Amino acid sequence: MSETSASAKAKDEIVVDKKSGNGSKKQKQVTDPSLNMDELRDLANLVIEHGFTDFEFENENIRVRLSKTTGAPVTVPASVSSAPAPITAAAAPAPPVETADPDADLYKITSPIVGTFYRSPGPDKNAYVSEGSNVSPETTVCIVEAMKLMNEIQAEVSGEVVKIYVENGQPVEYGQPLFGIKK
Amino acid sequence: MRDIRKILIANRGEIAIRIIWTCKEMGIKTVAVHSEADREALHVRYADEALCIGGPPSAESYLNIPSIISAAEITNVDAIHPGYGFLAESATFAKVCEDCNIKFIGPNPDVIAMMGDKVEARRAMKAAGVPILPGSPDPIESDQEAKKLALEIGFPVIIKAAAGGGGRGMRIVRTEEELATNLELAQTEALNAFKNGAVYIERYIERPRHIEIQILADEHGNVIHLGERECTIQRRHQKLLEEAPSPVISAELRNKMGAVAVKACQEIGYSSAGTFEFLLDEDGSFYFMEMNTRIQVEHPVTEMVTLADIVRNQIRIATGENIGYTQDEVQIVGHSIECRINAEDPVKFTPSPGKITAFNIPGGPGVRVDTAVYPGYVVPPYYDSMIAKLIVHARTRELAIARMQRALDMLVVEGIKTTIPLHQKIMADEKFQKGEFSTKFMEEFEY
Repeated sequence: MSETSASAKAKDEIVVDKKSGNGSKKQKQVTDPSLNMDELRDLANLVIEHGFTDFEFENENIRVRLSKTTGAPVTVPASVSSAPAPITAAAAPAPPVETADPDADLYKITSPIVGTFYRSPGPDKNAYVSEGSNVSPETTVCIVEAMKLMNEIQAEVSGEVVKIYVENGQPVEYGQPLFGIKK
Repeated sequence: MRDIRKILIANRGEIAIRIIWTCKEMGIKTVAVHSEADREALHVRYADEALCIGGPPSAESYLNIPSIISAAEITNVDAIHPGYGFLAESATFAKVCEDCNIKFIGPNPDVIAMMGDKVEARRAMKAAGVPILPGSPDPIESDQEAKKLALEIGFPVIIKAAAGGGGRGMRIVRTEEELATNLELAQTEALNAFKNGAVYIERYIERPRHIEIQILADEHGNVIHLGERECTIQRRHQKLLEEAPSPVISAELRNKMGAVAVKACQEIGYSSAGTFEFLLDEDGSFYFMEMNTRIQVEHPVTEMVTLADIVRNQIRIATGENIGYTQDEVQIVGHSIECRINAEDPVKFTPSPGKITAFNIPGGPGVRVDTAVYPGYVVPPYYDSMIAKLIVHARTRELAIARMQRALDMLVVEGIKTTIPLHQKIMADEKFQKGEFSTKFMEEFEY
């Protein structure tokens, strides 16, 4: 299989090559199959410039995922198989983040456990709350699933849901902010 | 065979870094879990992924099984390395991992449970032909039983808690008159400390040495030993420094003790790394004390003299690989010493947490530093006080001592108190230099 890579050097050209033998939309070919820091930086800038929130790329040597969600860990796993020059834990430079917390005046509902965040009781059910919803202390705002057990999380305060910090199905850690409530 | 591409490290501090080192060399991804107090910890920064699993107290985080397992599931790890301490010898934790199809890097839950119970362990070791101290095979039921046994064993005897360890729950009895009271007190203490009032009695050796044998066992019945470690220098049953080989163990005695440990492992179906702790009497006889079914703090001295990577071996064994080398291929080369550097006052041993304002590790030939601290790091008050292990390796014991002295002089830690001055005094001690000491060494030591 021929060498492929995303070339982010040209300003408006993001070339993504699908992992396939035939019929690949190869438009550019570079000799070095891996991405170095400069290319990663260019890639990140292109993502920001074009207003993408998520960008993912993969070839047989490397997989890159850039995400603009605040707080989400950015990982660049190098392939465990015969990668010639795998990138060692290079995290893409984060998109510009405000230095002060703009939500400092909001009450943060944080996850009391490690698990997976769900906005609704089931896949086809409505979300417990949305932006603008009013909550009281006993209101269930979400589920965090841990080890196959669905744990309902209560608001524990009264107020209005202003921000939702995590996405449905996202893994969350202990203490991770889930909702911003205006009391 | 099992594929291990990602490991969750259920621990913190220097051992978490230790595991990350080997994982990086093996191309294995790492997941660090940490308490809120460890957000700035080094292992969190070096791991490929990190998750906060709870509040600062260990019970809420590093001992929190559901939290750790949940973290393992959402990061999709293949295995968990428990390090030492915390959940490393928890049969429950090992079983939960098994039930959740996560490979626990260590032996199976039954073996952990058996060797974790002092009374059960003694029974199993006796059956495997391991010399054990004359003592009660079962927990003591009555004063009469205690008296009868003590007279058989011969005073002095020691009363030990079946569920105890690390020096806790022990009472020495030198005369028959003291026996009944001490028995009752020991049972109460054991009940309070370990929720288990069972105690047993064994002979007490006045001036023993503490010698331990490192073993490696794979899941196919192959077992080898990597020689001994001398761990006699202890304060209140806590090891201060260790060395390999022991200055008083001949090759013949090493082979004998090693063979005993290897056979015992085969009998009980042990796998992964483990350590047999023995008491060595002045006449050269040795007796089983306990077995640690995990990697130990002082494993580096064995690594230095045998060129083994014990963590690497643990991981390979966990994938189902054979050990891959035979007993004959194990060579002990040179001499290694390890000093445990604690964040404590070197005379009063009171803890000294706080911010490390300067930290400079010594380099040069034969020096290894296992640590998780760095300049600016704040040593938290919630966990044990060890901040670094300073390890040296040289051709002879004399050269190793000189090297350790040099390394201690050039290890800079400012902002907190450490036990570096204590180690410097020990290295300069005449009895230590001659290799003549028993576990009474620190009691008789002048600070």
